[in-house]
Amino acid sequence: MVGTVSEIDPLRTEEVITETSVGVDNLTGVEQKTTTTVAMDFGRITINPDLILYLFGTPGQDRFWFMWDELSQGAIGAIVLADTRRLDNCFAALDFFERRGIPFVVGVNCFNGAQLYNVTEVRNALAVDRRVPMLLCDARERDSTKQLLIALVEHVMSDTRHASR
Amino acid sequence: MSAEEAWYDDAAGPLVRSYMATGGRTHAKRYDLDLITLVVAVDPDAHAPLVEPDHADVLRICTYPSSVAEVAAKLDLPLGVTKVLISDLIERNFIIFRSSWQPAAPDMDMMQRVLNGIRNL
Repeated sequence: MVGTVSEIDPLRTEEVITETSVGVDNLTGVEQKTTTTVAMDFGRITINPDLILYLFGTPGQDRFWFMWDELSQGAIGAIVLADTRRLDNCFAALDFFERRGIPFVVGVNCFNGAQLYNVTEVRNALAVDRRVPMLLCDARERDSTKQLLIALVEHVMSDTRHASR
Repeated sequence: MSAEEAWYDDAAGPLVRSYMATGGRTHAKRYDLDLITLVVAVDPDAHAPLVEPDHADVLRICTYPSSVAEVAAKLDLPLGVTKVLISDLIERNFIIFRSSWQPAAPDMDMMQRVLNGIRNL
């Protein structure tokens, strides 16, 4: 999705993390440390010379929450992509942003134009508050990504206006 | 297992390069560098010959102001390692940095400009 609107080819930045896990087949119960790299897509839109919008894309599983922590500081907000074939993959991200009160919108990713669900069904399945904008989208389409970004910024501005009354 | 295979972790990718670049250091806490902190080289042409190749690469990339994330992506090195390299160069005053300005509440003017900018894409 980042690639559809970024003026530069999406770059990947990586972080090496150490995960501690107890192997299921490890009889002694000794913790094992594994090292993995976590990749994040990174894109940029230059609005004008003194205003640059950075876009960061991360996987949605909850073991990547530590990336969201750093990314959401100072961020306008987030776009959570829901894959109708695996809706539960975005539960962790939704939880994260809701709990921290970080503005977000949800894009329901439709593959190959196939609309398997409507927005209401997905909203109910994900238990997302009615005030959170949710749009059908195609993460491979530039215009679709634009609409998600616009929805996010408008949502943040609307929240800000309401809060200041 | 050949010597080459031993240094390549399937999941993590090449491990050796990061350590060689920073002498084993993978995290830098000296300066407040986050993903979108802007860094720029003071005089890359003059300073590049004075530093190690990996540091010289950073200076080259920072000829124009770049975010830390961009530097890491272009160098193809993990973020932690990139921050260490950048910190080394800041310490020698070869690179200067500017923290991203984070207002307490979203700035409506700025948000409107962002909105207009996205609509014009």
